[in-house]
Formats: sequence, C-alpha cells, structure tokens
Amino acid sequence: MKVKEMVKNLDMEALTDAGMENEVTGVYACDLLSRVMSGCQEGDAWITVQTHLNVIAVAELDDAACIIVPEGIAAPADTLEKAEETGIAVVSSQLGTYELCWRLHELLS
Amino acid sequence: MKLDFVIDGNNFDMAGEASSSVKRSLAKLGVSPPVVKRAAIAMYEAEINAFIHGGGGEAHVEIESDRVEMVIRDFGKGIADLSLAMQEGWSTASEQVRKMGFGAGMGLPNIKKNTDELDITTAPGEGTEVKMVIYIK
Ligand SMILES: Nc1ncnc2c1ncn2[C@@H]1O[C@H](COP(=O)(O)OP(=O)(O)O)[C@@H](O)[C@H]1O
Ligand SMILES: [Mg+2]
Repeated sequence: MKVKEMVKNLDMEALTDAGMENEVTGVYACDLLSRVMSGCQEGDAWITVQTHLNVIAVAELDDAACIIVPEGIAAPADTLEKAEETGIAVVSSQLGTYELCWRLHELLS
Repeated sequence: MKLDFVIDGNNFDMAGEASSSVKRSLAKLGVSPPVVKRAAIAMYEAEINAFIHGGGGEAHVEIESDRVEMVIRDFGKGIADLSLAMQEGWSTASEQVRKMGFGAGMGLPNIKKNTDELDITTAPGEGTEVKMVIYIK
C-alpha cells in the first residue's frame, strides 16, 4: 500500500508532500535510534515519538517508507524541511503507537 | 572511489550526512543491499559517536571493488576503557542526548557486529579513530 493510501485509510495527516508514493510493506516502532538503525527494514512505516532532525537521516539510511509520529505530536519545521529535501514522508496520527500498530496490521494483511 | 567528510561538532543538522552519502554511493555502485545496510549501520554509529562524544572530526571512505574502508577520526576526549565501552548498554551519554533517542550503548557493539575488520585507536585526551572494513562479495 502506498503511504498516501495509508494516510487516507487511517485518517492521518501528511506533514510532507515528499514520499507519498512510497510503498509500505511493514511496520517498525521504536524510539532508540541505534535499535532503529539495525531493526527497521526497507519499506517499513517507522513509528516514533522522536521528531528532531536526525530521524530523517535514520529513516533515509533504513529506506523506511515513512515516519509516523503518533499521539498528535508536532514535528518541528526544520525536520519537515529536511524530510522534503530528502524525499522522506512524515505523517502524523492522533492514535497511540499500540493502536497504530494494530490498525496497520489489519490494513496490511 | 574516495570520499572525504568533515563532521562538524556544532552542527546537529549535518549529523548523519556522511553516512547517507556513503550509503547512496554504495547503492549506486550496485553493492548488494545487505552489505549496504551493514555499511550504513557501522558508518552512522561511528559518525554519531564522533559527533556526540568526540565533538566532531572527519571521515575518509574508500570504496574498492572488494571492500569498503571507513575511517572516522575525532579530536575529542578519547575512550578511557575501550573494553567497557564495547559492552552492550554501556553509555556515558547525557540525559539530554538520551531523551533524543541516542545513548542506548549499542553503537560500538553494532559496529563490531556489522564490520569484517574493526580497529579502534584511542587514548584519554587524544581523540578516537575508528577504522572499519566491510568486504564486498
Ligand atoms: N568517539 C568517541 N569519543 C569519546 N568517547 C566515545 C566515542 N565513541 C564511544 N565513546 C564512549 O563509548 C561509550 C559507548 O559508545 P556506544 O556503544 O556508541 O554507545 P552510546 O553512543 O549510545 O553511548 C559512549 O557512551 C562513550 O562513553
Ligand atoms: Mg554511540
């Protein structure tokens, strides 16, 4: 499923224009960047409460399909700017991580 | 192919840029995705360490047909007890840095796991040089 379809289906908000055509093939949830670096796989939608600039580098290195910020947490402008430049999709959801994982599982299977 | 980078210790925006650039170069050269991933993990961890713990430095990367060599050097405080630093979970990162998701104490162990050769030269007050080689098969 494309990121833009996921956004529509789960009533998320796209915070970037970039990356909306990326294919979501899995889900990974973690906030410890070292763990994410080795655990997040290509095509994963990465759920994290971290919104500082460096998450964009991590998402790019992991070939994540997108970053999902849960619980309606705001992402700073410089992060979104860098995401746009790098072609990384950042989307926001009002849902918590558990509910997001559960709904994404239903949606992807 | 030779690549040189400056790791600016004052510029958080750029932390991870060298790793991204190396990853893109390897992918472009057609290196297999698992090898690219290992290089990306190792380079990122060493780059972030040079930035967070070492106050910045430089990176030199050489990509050959059968290997990629990544050398990251900083001029910071060095590592007093390297075998302790290599242990999973050991970290001296500040509370502030931990809140940002760094400081899990997994960087050096991850580097070890993902490289074929690892050589760390460090001494208190004399900075740190991390030389990593990954074989491209
Ligand atoms: N370049 C460096 N300069 C000084 N100290 C370092 C450097 N790299 C690692 N260290 C020390 O080794 C510890 C473990 O490093 P690492 O495994 O990457 O974990 P983390 O970076 O999460 O603390 C660090 O907390 C720090 O004390
Ligand atoms: Mg580290």
